[in-house]
Amino acid sequence: MRSSKIYIALCFVLLYAPIVILIFFSFNSLESTGVFGGFSLKWYEALLQNELAKEALINSIIIAVSSCIVATVIGTFAALGISKIKSKFFKSSVMTVTNIPMVNPEIVTAVSMAFLFMGTLASLGFIKNDDTVDMISLLIAHTTFGLPYVILSVLPKIRQMDKSQTEAALDLGCKPIQAFFKVELPQLMPGILTGLIMAFTMSFDDFVISYFVRPKSTVMTLPLLIYSMTGKGTVTPDMYALSTFMIVAIFTLLILANIAGSRQEIQASRQARKLRKQQEAKK
Amino acid sequence: MKKNAFMKQLSATPYYVWAALFIIVPIIYVLYYTFTDANGSFVLFDNFKIIEHYSSTFLLSLMMAFIATVICLLIGYPLALAISRTKPVTQKILIMLVMLPMWINFIIRTDSIAILLEKNGLINQFLSIFNLHFELMDTRFAVIVGMVYDFLPYMILPIYSVLTKLDIRLVEAARDLGCNAFQALVKVIVPLSVAGIISGITMVFVPCVSTFYISQRLGGANTYLIGDAIEARMLSISADYNKGATLSFVLMILIVVSTLIMNHYSDEDETGTAGGFMA
Amino acid sequence: MKNIIVDLKNISKSYDGETVLDNISLYIRENEFITLLGPSGCGKTTTLRIIAGFETADSGEVFFENKILNDIPPYKRNINTVFQKYALFPHLNVYENVAFGLRLKKVKDEEIRNKVKEMLAMVNLKGFEKRNINTLSGGQQQRVAIARALINDPKVLLLDEPLGALDLKLRKDMQNELKNIQLKTGITFIYVTHDQEEALSMSDTVVVMADGKIQQIGTPTDIYNEPKNAFVADFIGESNIIDGVMLEDYKAKFSGQVFECLDTGFKKNEAVDIVVRPEDVDVVSLDKAMLSGIVTSVTFKGVHYEIIVDIGGFKWMIQTTDYVGVDEKIGLYIEPDAIHVMKKSLYSDMFGDYSSFSDELEKLSDATEVIEE
Repeated sequence: MRSSKIYIALCFVLLYAPIVILIFFSFNSLESTGVFGGFSLKWYEALLQNELAKEALINSIIIAVSSCIVATVIGTFAALGISKIKSKFFKSSVMTVTNIPMVNPEIVTAVSMAFLFMGTLASLGFIKNDDTVDMISLLIAHTTFGLPYVILSVLPKIRQMDKSQTEAALDLGCKPIQAFFKVELPQLMPGILTGLIMAFTMSFDDFVISYFVRPKSTVMTLPLLIYSMTGKGTVTPDMYALSTFMIVAIFTLLILANIAGSRQEIQASRQARKLRKQQEAKK
Repeated sequence: MKKNAFMKQLSATPYYVWAALFIIVPIIYVLYYTFTDANGSFVLFDNFKIIEHYSSTFLLSLMMAFIATVICLLIGYPLALAISRTKPVTQKILIMLVMLPMWINFIIRTDSIAILLEKNGLINQFLSIFNLHFELMDTRFAVIVGMVYDFLPYMILPIYSVLTKLDIRLVEAARDLGCNAFQALVKVIVPLSVAGIISGITMVFVPCVSTFYISQRLGGANTYLIGDAIEARMLSISADYNKGATLSFVLMILIVVSTLIMNHYSDEDETGTAGGFMA
Repeated sequence: MKNIIVDLKNISKSYDGETVLDNISLYIRENEFITLLGPSGCGKTTTLRIIAGFETADSGEVFFENKILNDIPPYKRNINTVFQKYALFPHLNVYENVAFGLRLKKVKDEEIRNKVKEMLAMVNLKGFEKRNINTLSGGQQQRVAIARALINDPKVLLLDEPLGALDLKLRKDMQNELKNIQLKTGITFIYVTHDQEEALSMSDTVVVMADGKIQQIGTPTDIYNEPKNAFVADFIGESNIIDGVMLEDYKAKFSGQVFECLDTGFKKNEAVDIVVRPEDVDVVSLDKAMLSGIVTSVTFKGVHYEIIVDIGGFKWMIQTTDYVGVDEKIGLYIEPDAIHVMKKSLYSDMFGDYSSFSDELEKLSDATEVIEE
């Protein structure tokens, strides 16, 4: 038991050492990542004044938010439709196609997307890079690789849902459309939300596909900006400052979500305990 | 009732259109470029001649990805098992901590490894106390470290999600029937977590074999992987789309074949590789 | 006689070429508690689903208050259902579950509040309004399901094996409660179960079904005392079903003996099935015996002993309060009114011999039935 605890601790030290060092150097007064010159917030100030970073962040957010919403809407309806397919062959074909962007290496998806936009946009007359066109291309690409995550997290929820739920709704007077919105959709919500969050993070974090989709594009997302810095040698510490800020933000969000979750659990277990006591009292 | 089911079936139509336009058509494009030359005329297997030129690159990519995957499995499985044996509250926190680094962009994560390994990086600063110095950067070792560090969570999560659902009574039954702790692990726990292992292996192996950033940042000129080759063929000044497409096509076939072989050994359902990850 | 409220005429239904309902006709009166009883796969649930509107019959008509109902969707029928596993909405609390139907009808909040309160009081769930569905016990969920259906004032309530998931003691309590609710509200209950005891103790009318056909319709006493064929006799309670010949009115011959009985209306020397219930056979001394046999097993059942007696190669089950030993030769006596004569049917020779009988087997077959459904 003890040795397993030591092992867990060791693994987490290895997993977090680079991150801790990264956070540490974001407070460095020097630009070096080897020598610590003293505590300073200058990289955070630099980040605030970095117009490129701001623009990239805004682009990343716009693309992530809109692509995850589109993917969630199309994906949820797709999952509903797929679950009703009767033909085994058709269903497995659809699932195979859905799995392609997940099974394929990112770089292959990226190359295939690059060809698509190159070919179609050229034939439509867009030879040179155009910010709007590039933005839409990114949106389409991100939606495409977000879709399977939505579909695959909604499908199991549909399968888990008792079929008599819908019948019960109809029985109590719901029209089919009301049954969908009042009974089915709320029960699929956890799956839909999981898909939404996954599509968002996948998009926000994506580098490879954005990098290939529109070469020479001037539309920057955060990962693209960070990559463009590494081309010039090293990433400047203001990017560490940005990462630190994001780590802290995500960490806080996760903790809040967990507290909310465990609160509900505590309430549920309290109610369950009450119930048990009542039943024992009856006996 | 039947009309209702029919309407629901129709609700997938936008997706079918989307998948046709943005999943299938792009793949057709890859095929088109693979089997044509720069003028667009059909050449059967001419483009595949470059594979010979890149055979060592392919082999190196497969080997490095294989080593990184094995290391991830050796570190990740015991960790997933150890986590699944802690109290539920602790489990939740630890799994959250495993997932957290995934939200840091992998370029930054790779960079943080570089900080550690650099000539004047922290490891060498520490070793200089003993008058030691190693050239860690721009080596294959550094690339493996980068791969393991970047993708370890993808190994841990699916294995953990299978192990945490494993009925502890099965292990007790094995112990009751005379297994010692190690036998119980080999004969009961591991076989029952095959699905998680397979899913973890695919989720680590695929990005490792196709990476180009990790090798560029940590491997220097020493480590030219298939991802680097594709990037060069697609995006550099010497771009050659037909060769880029051919390399991508071969990589895709490699992955599809190995995933099929892997899946042959597990009874995964349609949720496939993401199933374990999302659960 | 009360008015007929639901009338099924020549209903047939098949799935993928397999006939589930074979030309069923059945009418149900107002205020009646009617039970569709039969083994799994007999078509009872399909019948219920056709009345609810979840399935459409391939042929035949469903009438509700003399209006044809075939093409009316379930949400326009004044019929509500209590589902097998309750189908409560997990995303809503107890109050919202019960209020669901009224909310759809845009009833005013205050009226909803009053009615929900009234309903929860009726099913003994006062103060449970804000509870999460998942924190309720099986019995409590059951009550919520009943309240949720009854609040809509249905003319007919359909109940699909509603007590199947409850343990034995709770099931007995709920049986009484359901019967009381039915008497209090006067709503027609159509109840589906495979549990014959449940059917006999609650219903006004029992419909025994098998293989997509109605085998017998009658009051519980009729069904028990006057089963129409070997299937009904075997399915309801324990029965010894013996091949016999009706020599003439009031005279039946079986097990090599001629017995007096109360049955008439058969042809001379017609081959028939004879039913004798285990509790209707008396153990007597050999000199007063009408039949004699060797005891092959004795099981203590609390109130009585259950013994298996070999009479000329046919094994009878007999319930007696006197102890007899295994391998003992005993005499048996059967009163004329204990003998019930049935016409031969499809089910003759399939049931009634206790040579392979054991409690364990009985339980096993019960278990598979639960799993299948």
